[in-house]
Order: sequence, then C-alpha cells, then structure tokens
Amino acid sequence: MEFVFTEEQTMIAETVRGFFVENASSERTRKAMEGEGIDRALWSAFCTELCLSGIGVPEEMGGAGLGLLELAIVAESAGAQVAAIPLLGHAMVARALVAGGSAQQQAHYLPRLIAGEMIAAYAAAPAVEDKDGAINAVAQFVAHGAAADLFLVASGDRAWMVERGAEGVMVEGHVTMDQTRPLATLTLSGATGELLADGAAGVAAAEQAGWLVLSAEALGAAQQALDTTVAYAKERVQFGRAIGSFQAYKHRLADIMVAIEQARSAVYWAGCAVDEGSDEATLALHAAKAFCGDTAFMAAGNMVQLHGGIGFTWEHDAHLYFKRARSILSMLGSSDWHRQQIAGAILGDAA
Amino acid sequence: MKLGFSPEDETFRAECATWLQAQMAGPFADIKGIPNLVTKVERRKEWEQQLAAHKWSCIGWPEEWGGRNATLAQQVIFAEEYARAGAPGRINHIGVELAGPTILAFGTEEQKARFLPGIAAGTQIWCQGYSEPNAGSDLANVRTKARLEGNEWVVNGQKVWTSLAHFSDWIFVVARSVEGSKGPKGLTFLMMELNQPGIEVRPIRQINGDAEFNETFFTDARCPADSLIGEPGDGWRVAMGLLAFERGVSTLAQQMGFRNELDGIIAAAKANGMAKNAVIRQRIAKAEIGLRLMRYGALRMLSNTDLTAIDGAALTYKIQWATWRRDLGELAMDVLGQAGEIADGEHYEWSMLPNLFLFSRSDTIYGGTNQIQRNLIAERGLGLPREPRGDL
Repeated sequence: MEFVFTEEQTMIAETVRGFFVENASSERTRKAMEGEGIDRALWSAFCTELCLSGIGVPEEMGGAGLGLLELAIVAESAGAQVAAIPLLGHAMVARALVAGGSAQQQAHYLPRLIAGEMIAAYAAAPAVEDKDGAINAVAQFVAHGAAADLFLVASGDRAWMVERGAEGVMVEGHVTMDQTRPLATLTLSGATGELLADGAAGVAAAEQAGWLVLSAEALGAAQQALDTTVAYAKERVQFGRAIGSFQAYKHRLADIMVAIEQARSAVYWAGCAVDEGSDEATLALHAAKAFCGDTAFMAAGNMVQLHGGIGFTWEHDAHLYFKRARSILSMLGSSDWHRQQIAGAILGDAA
Repeated sequence: MKLGFSPEDETFRAECATWLQAQMAGPFADIKGIPNLVTKVERRKEWEQQLAAHKWSCIGWPEEWGGRNATLAQQVIFAEEYARAGAPGRINHIGVELAGPTILAFGTEEQKARFLPGIAAGTQIWCQGYSEPNAGSDLANVRTKARLEGNEWVVNGQKVWTSLAHFSDWIFVVARSVEGSKGPKGLTFLMMELNQPGIEVRPIRQINGDAEFNETFFTDARCPADSLIGEPGDGWRVAMGLLAFERGVSTLAQQMGFRNELDGIIAAAKANGMAKNAVIRQRIAKAEIGLRLMRYGALRMLSNTDLTAIDGAALTYKIQWATWRRDLGELAMDVLGQAGEIADGEHYEWSMLPNLFLFSRSDTIYGGTNQIQRNLIAERGLGLPREPRGDL
C-alpha cells in the first residue's frame, strides 16, 4: 500500500509550491491581468529555470519524463496561487503530440514548447473543413488563445497543428471574467495546418491532461481559499471573540476541508490511474473534474462570504479564486456533463 | 504513489478470496449477504468460530494470540475480500477490532492470556459501554460509578446504545471511579462479564424496527479488582486509544458493503426505469464518485506512515462516509418510489434498501455526531479556537 507521495514527489511538490508562492504573487498576477493574462517572466522561469515544462513528456522526446501525477502536483501549486501561466494549453498540446504526433511533429514542436519559446493553446472546433491542408474552422473559448503561438485545433478524432503566424489565422481576444486565463475566438479561413499523425490518440491525451490539470488547479485553489479564510477566522474579532470560534462559521470551514480531502483523493487517484494504465482512468478523470470543480467553487464562494465585506472587494484576492473556480467549472465539460459520462458507464444510455 | 498492491499481496488476496468464496458458496451459504447484525445470530457465531479454526479471525494480531501477524495491506485485502464474498458482518466486531487491540496495547500479560484466546476463537463476544443517556457525544460527562470494595469493583449506573449487548458475553465500561471528579479525569476502564445478577440488558427498538442497540443497567454489578485496563482514573486515555483503533482497516470492508448497497440501487433503477431519469442519473453518478473517493481516501489514510502529522483523510473520514450513506438511503427511496414504503412481510421487516434508508439515520449520530465531527475537524484540523463551554 503506497498511496502516498514518494520522496521525489514530495520534493517536487515542495519545490513547486515554494516557486509559485514566491513568484506568482498577487501583485504580479494582477499586473498580468491588466495585459494578456500571462506573466511571461513567470512562465519563462518555470520552463527554463525550474525546468518543469517537460513533465509528462518522455525524456527521449526532450522532456523531463515523470507522469501525469507529477503534472498534477505542479498544477495544484499553480492553482493555489491562481498563477497567470499558460500551463493548461501547454500540457494539453504537449501530451497530444506525445500520444498522437509523428516523430517529425514531435521533434519540430516539443523542444520549443518545453523551452517556453512557444505558447500553445487547445482549440476545440465543432466543425473543421480541410481542403488539402487549407483549413476553415471556428473555435470559441480558447484559453490564452490571444497569446498563443501554436494551436491544436481538435474536432472529433482529428486534430491539426496551426501556427499563429500562418496566413488565414485570425484571433479575437475577449475580456474574460477570469482575467488570469482570458478566452479568445480562433477563426481559420483557408489557414495552413498540419494533421496530427494520430488525431484520436492526440485528442484523447489532450483531454486527459486538460481534465487532470483543471482538477489539480481546482484542488490547489480550494485549499488556498480555505487556508486564507481560516487565517482570517483566527484574527478577526467580532462580539468579543475570534469569529472562527463560532460554530456557524467553523462548521462551514470544516465542510470545506471534508470536500477538499475528497478532492485530493480524486486528483491523485486520477493521476495514478492514467500513469498506471488502469482501466479506471477515464472514470477517475471524470470523477476528479466534476468533484474538484464543484469543490473549488464551493470553497471560493465561501471565501467571499466568510470574509464579509472585504471579500467582495476588488482589492482582496478572494475574487481571483472565485472567478478561476467558475471558469474551471465551464472548461472542458461541466460537472453535470462529467457525471453524465459516469452515469452512462454505470447505467447505460438514457434514451 | 501507487494505486495497486504488490504481487505478493495479490497472491494473498487470491488465497483468502478463494477460501471465503468457497465458504459462502458452501457450508455457510445460508448466512451470505445478511444486511443487519441481529439475524441468525447462532449461525453467525458458528461462522466466526470457523474463521478462527482457519486462522482468519484476527489476522492482524500476533501469531502467539491466534493471529497471522498480517501486514496492514494484507488486513485491508482480507477485509475487502471478506465483504466481496458476501460474508456477514462480524458479531464480534467489537471484540476483534476494539477490545482485543486495546488489551494487546494496554493490558497486562495475565489479561492477554485470559481474554485474547476467547476473542480470537469467536467464543467470547464483546460489546462496548461508552455512551450514557447524558453522555453521548460528550463522553467525558460519564456518570456511571465504580468503587473498589475489597477485591472487587462495584458498578452502578446506566449505559445506552450498547450495540449487540444482548448477544455478548463481555462488556468494557468507562465508569467514574473518583468521587467528585469531572470531565475526562477520574474515569476507569473496566472489563465486566455481562451474565451476572447486577447487569440487566434491555434491547431498544430502533427506527427500523430491529433491536441492535440496548440500554444496559448496572446495579451493584461486580468484577474482580484486576479487571481494569491501565490505572484507576486513567480510563480516558485507554478509551481514546481504543477509539483510534476504530478507524482502522475495517473502513475498507465497510465500503464493500456500501458497494453492495449502491449496486442494489443501480439494479432497482434499471429494473423500474428510473435509470433513465436525468436527475436520478446525476445522483447515482455522485454516489459512485463519493464511494470511489472514500476508497482512495481510506488508502491514503492507511498508507500514511507519518503518525505525528494531523491526517486530513483520517480526520474527515467519519463525516464523509456517514453523510454519503445517509444520502444514499434517500436516493434509494427516490429510486424505489412508493414500492419502498411497503414492508417485506407481515412484520415490520425491510429489505436492504428501505432498511438502509432507515438505519443510515444512525450513521450521522453514533461514533460522534456530524456536528461533533465538524468541531473536531475545525479545532484539530484547522486549528480554530474552541467553542466556549458551559460546564467546565
């Protein structure tokens, strides 16, 4: 029975945590929010100094090796600080290349992605028209799309690599509720793209990575929301007592901790299940995305409420967590959708 | 971090699964899958003696006391396979999981020699006397009194919620032995024979019509002076040590029972068409997720070797499963509809799912109510200030 971190995993967790706490400060995140929603210096340090952008990519492809559990550990710490970095798209596209790219595609893109020279975004398009490599498609809600250099345009079991600079590529960035990960609309009009060698494998791997990164981010954000609120509960005095001594208050915090402990089990279960090739992997990922998303939103909502008036202000960080949690709920399938997948597996079709 | 068990452990799993399944398919088929603890008690005692005869009764104990010195992983595996085989809940759960380990940890050599063989053999059934009418979650408010008279302890008072006392041979009692003492101080932990004139056991009929709990009255009940564990007045420490055993490997076995209940709901929903209802589908998926997360939470808890750290998985486990199972009972009734309101027979007898609905209302009360659990989590897990207390 070894369902605990190894020494190496503990070390990675501590290192990454320290890195994001020190560098992904509220000031820097807010500065990034004013612009494209990316702290470029932070992302560059993450890629080239911490050298963790290669996690989940085999060493023979120029990556750092390790698995999705380690990727989850990284995403958990990034999520705890609501770090403004393009980790989600990076992980999805890198994993798609590992699983579905040709050797040539891998050699062409992976080193530049891992070095932080290219920012990647995952763009799901409902319909794609491919006329001998001239692509017509519209993809909405592309996370960090306006800043991306490379898109993985996915549709069904096919996917295309499309570079930002190619002709016929138009990106319209939006002002998004969560300013740490703004969305964009990608429009391709006869744009040049290259089919991913094995689209089905690539899309599946991208989704796996995306669900897990969002689940782990949600876990980190929920834990940080709880920790911040607990600290406030101990210092804020009302009616002559620390407010954390009131049952109505402490019981809510206890309920958040109960949910977070389950979310933690969900993330590590899903990460291990993918890494071990378990036949539970898909179930675990759906469970993690649904449960962790809900938990982060519950924790962040309580963070706003339990801070009272200050929690509603722009000045306090509570809204960063609240908005991030809300965006996680919508991205890559709602909690209801993920539970529908589980229900389908257990109960068969609804019709 | 790994999900799976080692190849050696899987070999062990095959060994115990084979034996357990053969027993439940053969000589003990008549007691397979019984959902409560009060049906066919005599047969179940025979079953526990059969377990003992093949050294499966208390595998985590040292070999000299009838165990197998099994590792934690092996205990987990055995508990899982036990439940998977449909073997019935252990009548002597308290003896094997609580009294035995407490005697092993805190008892004298004489006490070990006196009690452990009977518990291991399944011939000495135990129950626990903790709660009282005015000391449920507030256990330190115990009023049952014990005084030393010559070479005997004399006990007076009342315990309540003494599960299975009407089928048990022994009871351990937390009693106040220091006159005028309050709270956790002055309590003594006694082991008493139930079958004596000074002890009266009255079954309490519960919400589901069964009587699994009892109230137990002590009127000048007696036990020898050396029947205590630890020192006089030191009973709180022993009792708390015992509670720590309660969150052991049996959690995994419990989850296999939950699995059977959820599978029962899924089967019922498929049979009556509710499996096509979108809301029910969401709730079943939620239940499935909750069950899986309990399993991996329990594995995290049992894999944790850092016993000095506050273990969030362990601290939150009770409220997690109790709340999950209460919700499961409500889901069962919503799936069954009015068919769930009709009893099985002439008597007030319930099949598994309606019984689950009724019985699970106790889960959020016994062993520390959900409210007490939240206090524990907030104070121990999150370090929040204690609620001001009225009486101390």
